Amino acid sequence: MHDRFGVAVIGGGPGGLAAAIEARRNDAGRVLVIERNERPGGILPQCIHNGFGGDIFGQDLPGPLYAQRFIDEAVQNGVEFQSDTMVMGLDSDLTIHAASRRNGYIALKAGAVVLAMGCRERTRAQVRLPGTRPAGVFTAGTVQRLVNIEGYMPGKRFVILGSGDIGMIMARRLTIEGAGVVKVIEILPFLTGLRRNYVQCLRDFDIPLELSTTVNRIIGRERLEAVETVRVDPELKPIPGTEAMIPCDSLLLSVGLIPENELSLRAGVELDPVTGGPKVDERMATNMPGIFAAGNVVTIYDLADEVSKAGYIAGRSAAEYARNGHGGGGDTVDIVPGENVRGVVPHRVNIREGLDTGVVLSFRVSRPIEGKAVIEVMHGDTLAASVRKPFARPAEMLSVHVKLKEINRSDKNITVNVRAADGE
Amino acid sequence: MPEEKREFVCISCPRGCEITTVLDGKSIVSVSGNICKLGVKYVEDEVTDPRRIVTSTVRVRGGVTPLAPVWTEQSIPKGMILRLADGLRKVEMTAPVKCGDVVLENIFGTGINVVASGEVDVK
Ligand SMILES: Cc1cc2nc3c(=O)[nH]c(=O)nc-3n(C[C@H](O)[C@H](O)[C@H](O)COP(=O)(O)OP(=O)(O)OC[C@H]3O[C@@H](n4cnc5c(N)ncnc54)[C@H](O)[C@@H]3O)c2cc1C
Ligand code: SF4
Repeated sequence: MHDRFGVAVIGGGPGGLAAAIEARRNDAGRVLVIERNERPGGILPQCIHNGFGGDIFGQDLPGPLYAQRFIDEAVQNGVEFQSDTMVMGLDSDLTIHAASRRNGYIALKAGAVVLAMGCRERTRAQVRLPGTRPAGVFTAGTVQRLVNIEGYMPGKRFVILGSGDIGMIMARRLTIEGAGVVKVIEILPFLTGLRRNYVQCLRDFDIPLELSTTVNRIIGRERLEAVETVRVDPELKPIPGTEAMIPCDSLLLSVGLIPENELSLRAGVELDPVTGGPKVDERMATNMPGIFAAGNVVTIYDLADEVSKAGYIAGRSAAEYARNGHGGGGDTVDIVPGENVRGVVPHRVNIREGLDTGVVLSFRVSRPIEGKAVIEVMHGDTLAASVRKPFARPAEMLSVHVKLKEINRSDKNITVNVRAADGE
Repeated sequence: MPEEKREFVCISCPRGCEITTVLDGKSIVSVSGNICKLGVKYVEDEVTDPRRIVTSTVRVRGGVTPLAPVWTEQSIPKGMILRLADGLRKVEMTAPVKCGDVVLENIFGTGINVVASGEVDVK
């Protein structure tokens, strides 16, 4: 075992970079980012479209440029990097086991660790698409990598399954690169990505979107030849007689992201089955002392800006832990999803005397509310906060800011509900 | 000229406000549904001269990756998007590429440049 670091960050995406910068600014001593790719930046170097940085820089930047600003800032702040290095294990005493082509196996010890491994895509196996297994069925991120980084166009005529941001952005990207996109189909009765992406990626290029429709069958031997689509009822069951055949050579699956937590699990970090990420408190601390988490490893955020902000919090808390061997502690209050709410982050808050800066609760609704919506934060039976929004859609993460001072009893849970604002 | 109602979704920020406007020919009579001023600007542009930022890639010789990401620093008229994409497929840069390196100057006489939005190191 050689070097000892104040804070070690696993993953060099926007979450990890922000955590490392903030850890340095908070006197964590030596701060290291370990990244399995050649360069830090996470998923952003392949997200060449704009739409990043509105919150943090007040500017609309492409992904690689957004990442570069953080990389430059990290370097200026004295963050050290170990790229091309894969972390294989993390022990509860904060020893990191990693391997790289250059150095082989290495073990590192850190005063605190930030998990920032991001997420991975759901694959065909996870959506159980029936049919043969020809070439030409890809996840959207794979095609994004091929087209934007490797310079290779894997098909001529695409059908895209899933109306999330990645699917829509790839529809535009493929069109700009001269490939045909026949249509985007979505099993749910509503768009699952941001509407600005619907406007700029589909409508601008006359790419049709078909809601309440899914892929029924994949057809082709060596290479995909067609997909059979089918409309679904409100229970998402196929409606017989609505089958349609679309000739195509490629099917892009954009069917969701899953936080990447094999490492966290092995380190003893408790996960939330709903978000798929670690259960954290308002400091982004997990249940394991000294292990913090930031970004898509915790929950799938809509925007890199939000990931960076969570990274700042995790970095600050990790620095505090590395300096004092603790942070927070004491009584916590659990935060639980209530009516029409999925996966609230953080999962608990520490009750601390005099802390009145408040905490931001982030979550998604399960069902869209197209009219005015009310978010109610209940502490036991008491209304702790109530915030109105013009609408609430599963595609868009909602956030409310709650004051901690008013929440000083640990025997009662905090519950978040979202319902339609009636009587208006 | 009869007044006409048109619906827009503002793309200036991720909120995506649904904006309803009443138009009299090309002049705007009223705008509603926007949360901030950017929404009004967006609708004005969308009615008279719709523009978009364009992002794409160009080939790079001698780099660790074969492509560099590029973007138009300002938005260009919507009608030029595919023509620009075609033009960019013919461009080749040489590594190293730094953010802000100019790829194409004054495209279609708009005064707008295409610049690199990421870095490519030398192989
Ligand atoms: C296609 C697409 C389009 C998007 N569009 C937008 C947009 O327009 N605007 C916007 O704001 N956001 C957008 N996002 C969201 C944004 O990109 C993500 O929220 C953000 O990148 C998440 O950052 P992260 O740091 O959590 O994870 P990542 O960026 O995924 O970074 C995680 C890093 O950890 C590394 N890693 C993982 N495991 C290990 C290990 N064991 N050892 C070493 N390293 C490891 C990975 O290699 C990776 O570099 C988009 C996302 C995608 C996928
Ligand atoms: S009107 Fe303002 S708040 Fe609404 S989408 Fe446009 S920029 Fe965003």
